[in-house]
Amino acid sequence: MSLSIVLNLGETALQLGLICSLTVLALFLSYSMLNVCDLSTDGCFTLGACVGATVAIAGHPFLSIPAAMLAGTLSGFVTAFLQTRMGVDSLLAGIIVNTALYSINIAVMGGSSLLNMNKTETVFTMLKASLKGTALADRHVLIVALIAVVVIVLFLGFFLTTRLGLAIRATGNNEDMVKSSSINPVFTTTIGLCVANAFTGLSGCLLGQSQKSVSIDIGTGMLTVALASLLIGRTFVSKGGIIKRAVGVVIGSIIFRIVYTIALRFNMPAFMLKFVSSVIVVIAISAPYLKSRYPMMKRKFEAMRGEKKNA
Amino acid sequence: MLKLQNISKTFNPGTVNEKTALCGVNLHLEKGDFATIIGSNGAGKSTMFNAICGDFMTDSGSVILDDENITFLPVHERAKRIGRLYQDPMRGSAPGMSIEENLSLAAGHGGWFSRISKADKDRFREKLSLLGMGLEDRMKQPVGLLSGGQRQALTLMMATMDVPKLLLLDEHTAALDPATAEKVLEITKNIVTEHKITTLMVTHNMQNAIDMGNRILMMDSGNIVLDIKDDVKKGLTVSDLLDRFKEGSGKSLDNDRILLS
Repeated sequence: MSLSIVLNLGETALQLGLICSLTVLALFLSYSMLNVCDLSTDGCFTLGACVGATVAIAGHPFLSIPAAMLAGTLSGFVTAFLQTRMGVDSLLAGIIVNTALYSINIAVMGGSSLLNMNKTETVFTMLKASLKGTALADRHVLIVALIAVVVIVLFLGFFLTTRLGLAIRATGNNEDMVKSSSINPVFTTTIGLCVANAFTGLSGCLLGQSQKSVSIDIGTGMLTVALASLLIGRTFVSKGGIIKRAVGVVIGSIIFRIVYTIALRFNMPAFMLKFVSSVIVVIAISAPYLKSRYPMMKRKFEAMRGEKKNA
Repeated sequence: MLKLQNISKTFNPGTVNEKTALCGVNLHLEKGDFATIIGSNGAGKSTMFNAICGDFMTDSGSVILDDENITFLPVHERAKRIGRLYQDPMRGSAPGMSIEENLSLAAGHGGWFSRISKADKDRFREKLSLLGMGLEDRMKQPVGLLSGGQRQALTLMMATMDVPKLLLLDEHTAALDPATAEKVLEITKNIVTEHKITTLMVTHNMQNAIDMGNRILMMDSGNIVLDIKDDVKKGLTVSDLLDRFKEGSGKSLDNDRILLS
């Protein structure tokens, strides 16, 4: 394997990792901060991709990005409305919205389940054209992704230290305390989910446009992949300020993609991605649990062996 | 200041688990009153607090605070006017957030996008130093690292930072060791006297109930059966209180059980 192939693969992993890290940052807000497991993530990711593609194909490359984020925000609002105002359990609200989004997404794509953007102007193609002839010409995807990630990380760093951000974090930490502080947890949950899903929509939009095609299953399994990335990121950076932790989460996403790319090089078929991501989530969640139980198990085992010897 | 008019609440009506927790409670607190509440478990003390704070809707009656009818306001709206401490020291603060972040949320100044300013920090530091627990030097640490007593003192600080019209203390020292409980009570006394906050305090400690405040209320079976004020309260002893309770409720009160429960 030559060096150029390695670099090429590394760059692809980096691009994918950065673009998908926007979804991971969404979970960082909804799952780590607000303590809501938002199961509508897959559908919302696809929604962002569909809306982004449709608007771009209609000839509005710049408008496609805020449009995708707005669509994500709306989806987040519905999920939040169901769980805070309609008495639907929070997990169930996500599943319901996710199911409904399947129909919505096909409707957005005009009844088809696949959109092609080979000749469509997007921010990626525009940047590529403007960088033509320079050394960075082929790095256009990376540059757009990097800008998006930096902007979102900085935004989170600011947002989560404002009074509203503190209130959102407290809602996931101790809801009673939020109420005692004269803040309505319904409000904070709604804002949190709206913002998080805006990130997810953006993530989907950028992935679709960078691949130049969107299919209805572009977001399938995204939640698990993002959760795996989040947990990997958390093992590296668990303490510190918001920005530090958010950067950790982005690194987690990139590491996940690199591991996956390496696995593919060892002739793992591409369809195994979802399986691998599930395994990583299981390991990341259960490893600390099993580790904490290990000393007790060891003692128990030794005690049992000791009894046998004495008998 | 606080008027409870004919508050009633029955849980699980029409089932075998039906429980009348409050039956027509009437209470009138003057501005600056500090009333202690005693009564055995199930007498309706916490339920009355929950009714005042809006944790559930009452079946009948109204809650009037400072000439404003708050009977139908949601919990977080009432919290603008009412400060509250629970028995569980973990309930009043967010463990994953730092001391200053907790205080900043509770102190509630500025808009949604305001951030903790230097002036805020100075104010928090000054207030925290009054507790004498060294918390002013640990403002960046997560609250989860504090002990129960420190957390309860912090919660008290949070509840009274913006002086509330009414302060509800629900056995807020019951989960603390005696020395710490004494200290938290002392801080409570100082804050309440300094700001002249109208206060209701539930306690199972008869002596505390007598020593603190200017009024003592005794509850039994969902009602206030005894209300002793000012001068009469001053000369009270624990055994007086037990006798009075017998007259009020028509049954004797098991002092040990109350003290230990």
